[in-house]
Amino acid sequence: MVAHDSGGGGHQHHPPSGFIRKWIFSVDHKVIGIQYYFLALFSVFLGMGLSVLMRIHLVWPNAQLPSWLWPGGGQMTSEEYLALMTMHGSIMVFMVLTTAPQSGFGNFILPIQIGAADMAFPVLNMLSFWVTFLSLMVLGAAFFVEGGPPISGWTAYPPLSALGEIAGPGQGAGQTLWVVGVGIFCIAALLGALNFITTTLDLRAKGMTLSRMPLTVWAWLITAILSLLSFGVLLAACILLLLDRTAGTSFFIPGGLVLTDTPVTDHKGGSPLLWQHLFWFFGHPEVYIAILPGMGVASHILSTFARKPVFGYKAMVAAMSSIGFLGFMVWGHHMFMSGLSPYSAFAFSLLTMAIGVPSAIKTFNWLGTLWGGKIQFNTSMLFALGFVSLFVTGGLSGLFLAQPSIDLYMHDTYFVVAHFHLIMGVAAIFGIFTASYFWFPKMFGRMLNETIGKIHFWITFAGVYAIFMPMHFLGLAGHPRRYADTTGVNYLGPLDEVHYFITIAALITIAAQFLFVINFFYSLKAGQKASENPWNATTLEWSVASPPPFDNFGGQEPVVYRGAYEYGVPDAADDYVPQHLAPAKAGKAH
Amino acid sequence: MQRKRAEAGSTAVACILALFLVVFTGITVYCFVAKTWWFPPSITAFGALIDAQFQRTLIITGIVFVLAQLGLAWAVFRFRDQGQKATYFEGHTGMELVWTAGTLVLFVGLGIYGERAWAEARFNEAAPGALQVEVTGMQFAWNFRYAGPDGRWGGLRPELISASTGNPVGIDPQDVGGKDDVVSPVLYVPMNREVEVLIRTQDVTHNFNVRELRLKQDAVPGLVIHMHFNATVPGEYEIACAELCGLGHQRMRSFLNVVPQEEYDRWMQEQVAAMQP
Amino acid sequence: MPGTLTDDIEIIEAGHGRGGGVPAGGDDDGGDGGSGLPAIPRRAYFTAMQLGLAGIVMFFMALTSSFLVRKGLGTDWVAIALPPVLWFNSLVLLVSSATIQAAGRRLEAGDAQSFRYWWGLTIALGLLFLSGQVIAWRQLAAQGVFLSSNPDSSFFYLLTAAHGLHLAGGILALLYVAFRPWRRSRITQATAAALAGIYWHFMDGLWLFLLALLYLGR
Repeated sequence: MVAHDSGGGGHQHHPPSGFIRKWIFSVDHKVIGIQYYFLALFSVFLGMGLSVLMRIHLVWPNAQLPSWLWPGGGQMTSEEYLALMTMHGSIMVFMVLTTAPQSGFGNFILPIQIGAADMAFPVLNMLSFWVTFLSLMVLGAAFFVEGGPPISGWTAYPPLSALGEIAGPGQGAGQTLWVVGVGIFCIAALLGALNFITTTLDLRAKGMTLSRMPLTVWAWLITAILSLLSFGVLLAACILLLLDRTAGTSFFIPGGLVLTDTPVTDHKGGSPLLWQHLFWFFGHPEVYIAILPGMGVASHILSTFARKPVFGYKAMVAAMSSIGFLGFMVWGHHMFMSGLSPYSAFAFSLLTMAIGVPSAIKTFNWLGTLWGGKIQFNTSMLFALGFVSLFVTGGLSGLFLAQPSIDLYMHDTYFVVAHFHLIMGVAAIFGIFTASYFWFPKMFGRMLNETIGKIHFWITFAGVYAIFMPMHFLGLAGHPRRYADTTGVNYLGPLDEVHYFITIAALITIAAQFLFVINFFYSLKAGQKASENPWNATTLEWSVASPPPFDNFGGQEPVVYRGAYEYGVPDAADDYVPQHLAPAKAGKAH
Repeated sequence: MQRKRAEAGSTAVACILALFLVVFTGITVYCFVAKTWWFPPSITAFGALIDAQFQRTLIITGIVFVLAQLGLAWAVFRFRDQGQKATYFEGHTGMELVWTAGTLVLFVGLGIYGERAWAEARFNEAAPGALQVEVTGMQFAWNFRYAGPDGRWGGLRPELISASTGNPVGIDPQDVGGKDDVVSPVLYVPMNREVEVLIRTQDVTHNFNVRELRLKQDAVPGLVIHMHFNATVPGEYEIACAELCGLGHQRMRSFLNVVPQEEYDRWMQEQVAAMQP
Repeated sequence: MPGTLTDDIEIIEAGHGRGGGVPAGGDDDGGDGGSGLPAIPRRAYFTAMQLGLAGIVMFFMALTSSFLVRKGLGTDWVAIALPPVLWFNSLVLLVSSATIQAAGRRLEAGDAQSFRYWWGLTIALGLLFLSGQVIAWRQLAAQGVFLSSNPDSSFFYLLTAAHGLHLAGGILALLYVAFRPWRRSRITQATAAALAGIYWHFMDGLWLFLLALLYLGR
């Protein structure tokens, strides 16, 4: 089963030398994880900046913006708003939510948590990062071409996204760059997923059985499987769209179209719905890719800081697996109003309601993990607790949208915007924050400042609810989404007061994120030095130095004797029993 | 080493967090109960079905929401570190089965229950004798075409589309049936009469959306999608495009006018007269 | 679980490859060679290959379902006549699957010379296949059938190009297996050849599937 070294005394795994090998083209999963993390950190601030501009335009659409805020100064047009919105969604979904939780933390932590010296394919890992970086560059280039970024949303529905400049500004070079950039991202994601799954299946240390894996590892594994099976579909869709745009094909473009009195004569017979099917077949697993790692981290942190095992470990694994599995069967719920057969809509609806079940199980089990615990409120734990609250709120609004009868009203309103922001734009982000505060000491050898961290948490937690709860009510009032302003529809006028409130809340909350950045970079240099295991945690990453040596375990493969959540074990010498501690040294082995 | 000393300040943090969750839950429940911002009243019997299903869903999710947030608040407060030992338990299969079965029945049951309203809108076709109106979306306006007194639709040819020469949907002048077609930028329908809209688009995807009808439907290029309704409350209602269609998406707005039959007939006569050369 | 771990388990000594425990018989992979990278079990490479193929399958399944949907839309589908050279190309690819098998067996038997012959033959056949595909394209273009002519031709060019690109990647892999110094790798040349063989056979099978789709579905 496990091969051994024929020559006994083969060469050791060497640390890299030279700046380029060590920091730029490093093959060390820890460096690569940090590279992904910084890419995501840059992207999230870019994405937040775009949303600041969007929020300002929504409440002051006619304002003459100063040139330090808006390049060139002057009034933002509605197409510019839509361009910001498109890039906001694309950057946040791809470069932040698909990257930080999985490629960032997963890369750094997963090999160590399973007792491996690195990912299975370190060179491939390095390539995955640089291909991701390339895709960000290509996507970002859309800001600088004539016509600017596309205006078709991150969902890029044809024909709007397929017809070129004639359909609108940004739909020329900007949209092409978007399609190419996203396509490149697909390749990076596939390569990364391959590495994650192989590593988890084949590189676990002795004693690290599947049922002793931390839930974070399970989450990264299931997420990687979703990525592997879904990004290929998006890649195919992007290629078809690119061909429609540049090669005169008609996969998505029907005939007889007339744009601004000009007939479109060189396309016919295609189906816009085909794009939607392909896109959402990817798109729905994608949102689970965004949230699953956060769920794994939340379970992990809640157990660690309640000082008791995860409630229902097996059920948690089953729940994440069924969320992943069912996630491939519900894509039609994004298409209820698209002209889909009403019968298949009903089928999709029931499957979607069913996904609520494993999600509810996870919530019960999180509460069960806290129940009877000994809860410690450091910043990481606070964000994990916030995650639970946000997941509940965001998940429940999904129950409305999952029903086509209600979606008849709610589709394409701010109710949808509220739903996906609470789940992705907040809960998943809280997962990233929870992980950041938890693993920063391990990654960088220093502690983040707890006081600043707590202030960051409180403003953010209150702020995100202040931003996104009112959006549900905008939706109930029938406010369509992707509207650059409220001046075109009379019934939106009375809702302006809600927009003001949201904008103010957003400005404050986004400003508070700088606290995190300041804390981060200050602590990198001057934070309190971190010990090997500042949290008294059980999993393998806490058995090595902070930060770990280049080969994680110093050439010695660890051995695992028990599950990952042995906290509060009765009769144990301490209130936690690390996974790698030999039974003789612990109180009661399990 | 045993860590018996409770983390300093945990009671304060626990209280603030629990209080925050309680207040947040309270405000949210209040807004939903007081209907601070809400749907406009529906103008069809069908709308009442939708509203009822919404209420059902709201009550169920509301209960789950309150229980979960308050449960979290309580757990956070009750089990804050005060120097106690955590109780070591790894799960409870019985409870897992109970709440799995419970949520399955609740959620899927809710979905099945809502099927009736959906079927009413989509499985069933328009009642026979419905007034048919063709709805055409374009960047960035709506046009509504009626068959006119002869009851026949004229053929359309896309290359004839020209808003500037008064032929926004491209009616073929050679086609006799189209000679009395009425094209209007606003939608007039008689009240208490089944109306069937045939939703189509000339360029990109749009969405015909009227809040008070509790209906919306994408206008998909290459397709004509039917939808039907019977409006019982007269009034003027806004039609607001609900699928991103380009830079004018937010001003692609028209009006649905629901009027008594006589007024509709009068309006139609005026339109037919105006269409004559 | 508890029963397998007792107090007399020792920490694995430094200098051994990954995983102490049972040595795999007859298999000399697992050391880190001189690669500077940590050693991993040989089976990990095969896991990765299977996963990679799964990803590729999803990609082609998306294209396949698009083909079927687009055809089902009815109106403007014009069946194209498949250039007969495609059958010859298919034969070439099938033969190359046989030759790569032969090469792998020779290598495992230790016959490096013979391995190089059969391996080279496979590469040549692969290149012949790709040239044949280009000829098929040329023949279609000569008849005035291009990428944008009609949906069937669009899919023809797209599917053959996508397959061709993946096959070209396979040829590069074959060259890599032939020319890379394997002493400094974590795996032996035999393992690398076996992995390349799996990929190659998959490409062969994929081609037969696509051909069937294009022929039966035209």
